[in-house]
Amino acid sequence: MNDRGRRVLRLDSLGRVEGEAALHLRVRDRSVTETHLRIYEPPRFFEAFLIGRGHTEPPDITSRICGICPVAYQMSACQAIEKACGVTVDGPVSELRRLLYCGEWIESHALHIHLLHAPDFLGRADVVGLARDQRAAVERGLRIKQAGNAILEQLGGRPVHPVNVRVGGFYRVPAPAELRPLAERLRQAREDALETVRWVAAFDFPDAVCDHDLLALCDPGRYAVDSGTPAVMAARKQGRALREFPVSDFEEHVQEGQVPHSTARTATVDGRRFLTGPLARYAISGRWLHPVAAEAARNAGLGDPARGAVCDNPFRSIVVRAVEVVQAVEDALRIIDGYEPPPRPAVQVLPREAAGAGATEAPRGLLYHRYALAADGTLTEARIIPPTAQNQTAIEEDVRRAVQARLDRAGPDADEEELTLLCERAVRNHDPCISCAAHFLDLTMDRT
Amino acid sequence: MTSDPGTATDTRPTLAVWKFASCDGCQLTLLDCEDELLALTDRVRIDHFLEMTPAEGAGRERARLAGRGPYDLSLVEGSITTADDAERIQHVRRVSRYLVTIGACATAGGIQALRNFADVDDFLAAVYARPEYISTLETSTAISDHVPVDFELRGCPIDRRQLLEVITAYVTGRKPRIPGHSVCFECKRRGTTCITVAHGTPCLGPVTHAGCGAICPAYGRGCYGCFGPTDRPNLRSMVEQLRRDGLSESDIQRVFRTFNAASPEYAPVPDLLAEEQNDPRARQDSSRARTETRPERPV
Repeated sequence: MNDRGRRVLRLDSLGRVEGEAALHLRVRDRSVTETHLRIYEPPRFFEAFLIGRGHTEPPDITSRICGICPVAYQMSACQAIEKACGVTVDGPVSELRRLLYCGEWIESHALHIHLLHAPDFLGRADVVGLARDQRAAVERGLRIKQAGNAILEQLGGRPVHPVNVRVGGFYRVPAPAELRPLAERLRQAREDALETVRWVAAFDFPDAVCDHDLLALCDPGRYAVDSGTPAVMAARKQGRALREFPVSDFEEHVQEGQVPHSTARTATVDGRRFLTGPLARYAISGRWLHPVAAEAARNAGLGDPARGAVCDNPFRSIVVRAVEVVQAVEDALRIIDGYEPPPRPAVQVLPREAAGAGATEAPRGLLYHRYALAADGTLTEARIIPPTAQNQTAIEEDVRRAVQARLDRAGPDADEEELTLLCERAVRNHDPCISCAAHFLDLTMDRT
Repeated sequence: MTSDPGTATDTRPTLAVWKFASCDGCQLTLLDCEDELLALTDRVRIDHFLEMTPAEGAGRERARLAGRGPYDLSLVEGSITTADDAERIQHVRRVSRYLVTIGACATAGGIQALRNFADVDDFLAAVYARPEYISTLETSTAISDHVPVDFELRGCPIDRRQLLEVITAYVTGRKPRIPGHSVCFECKRRGTTCITVAHGTPCLGPVTHAGCGAICPAYGRGCYGCFGPTDRPNLRSMVEQLRRDGLSESDIQRVFRTFNAASPEYAPVPDLLAEEQNDPRARQDSSRARTETRPERPV
């Protein structure tokens, strides 16, 4: 494998990520010349078979793109269709949507933090190994996860592919008494989530800096989840200037390319590499965190979010995710406390010949949908840009930097197994959802 | 490598979880067993499950997607849509004592089987600017079209309690107790008033396999068939009922063309509709057929 300073590193199947992918690195004369995140998830053609369907169908159909974040798909789909039909959903129905979304954030983040990501920091292969000496932490993680799923079950009918969401709102809305047992569970989840922030904040983090532009929704006054305007914070070297663009212009700014090594597509924002997800949200929306979540962030060494702190070490994304769990729990409790049932579970959404775009914050980043409708509601166009496809270029750059830093320190004979683990960690930092992106990894490191 | 290598005296049965074309939701259901997950890992050694644990072997030696096995029980999620996957499922069968499919993709081809009714080149061109980079088969097919399957667990997604029942059954060496009746039975058991009878809501409950616990009707929504066909569904009768409840021909066609579109029972529904359109007598025949067949149906 080592031949005059040329190496290939292959990682054929990345574990502890959602979906299946591989990584291929090429190293020449101590420098990483190529990094390819290869997605071998077979294509499933959602955007093609949505054409000809009815305007009420995208929430159910697109939720099947991803079993990890189905609510994100349902919410972005509803928003895009409602936009096309000129309908605004607000009041308690909108609050219930946000509550459902909080359930998915809590569930998905708790899964990633405790079951998929924490083993990296504690030298364990997986959660079974982790549970052997940190059983209490794993049980706590499962408890938080279960609290998120309890919201999804109560409000959505089930955790994976909830059935109660429709364009315009819900099929049935809960009575306040039905939400009360959730509040009980969420109060326990708040203590658990704060403990998890302390737990992950004490991990050892490799030194790393990512210098991507950051893209997240911005919804002044609150931490953007289910609504907001796309906002870009320029990379540190570019002075972190902030700019916004309307969601209807999303495809003019975020452009996708396609690469031969992957069934996913890659993306740039205004021609530059960018990152979406927790680090971007924390930078752009941090000042609107709930005071309890903001204090947890400060105590965890993430700086002061009220003063625009930015976390640019991707390995610390696990801490940001833990803070976001606290945020989602607080938000869910707030919604339940103030809940008064709406007069009707859904707003009527009559079709018309128009197009509409929608974007919401999936746990792993911004998820964009756009549909064009015929007068009778038949879909004539569908466009979906999932967060992992947006993040692919940034992930590859993070891997390149991590391996390069290691090679600079250890020389060209850096241990293969160690490099492999480093690559996997650099990828997992971004909680990639490859099922989403194949519409979206094998590490091969080619040192020829 | 799994962190749970066991010991020489480890007699726990081994479990593998495999993914083909799918959304990950059914394998996530295993991780959604929050109360049982740690207890389960005491009883079963999870040897291959990429969503939870890195692949077996190390570095370059990692077995690509193919764990070496053998495994006592393999859970297979997803459908076969590429030539590579058609080969890989053969490997999975060889290294598995029991093979159980989990979910609508593995059992009926999933929503991606909508390509079976269209031209896959058109689909490629619609989604990818450079279709030549993508390799895919023209069809999405169930696992049982490729290898013998010991049990098929239905659902889009599968139900957590049913998954635990299936794992427990195979681990203890008995048959899974998964009833094959319709969603209607589950509404009765749950005490949900029939939404078709009470409100005229179109509902696929009578032709849909039980297992979800009849969630949709409890939320005031008609069943949309995500668990696929029940045993011997009366589809002619179902289509008549859907018409009476106000669905148009295209609505009926769409409602059967979703997550179990390619199941042998649901796939012919559009042909059935077309046949009736060409020969209006067929529709009357179908309502007679319904009355005649009714007494045969178990109550």
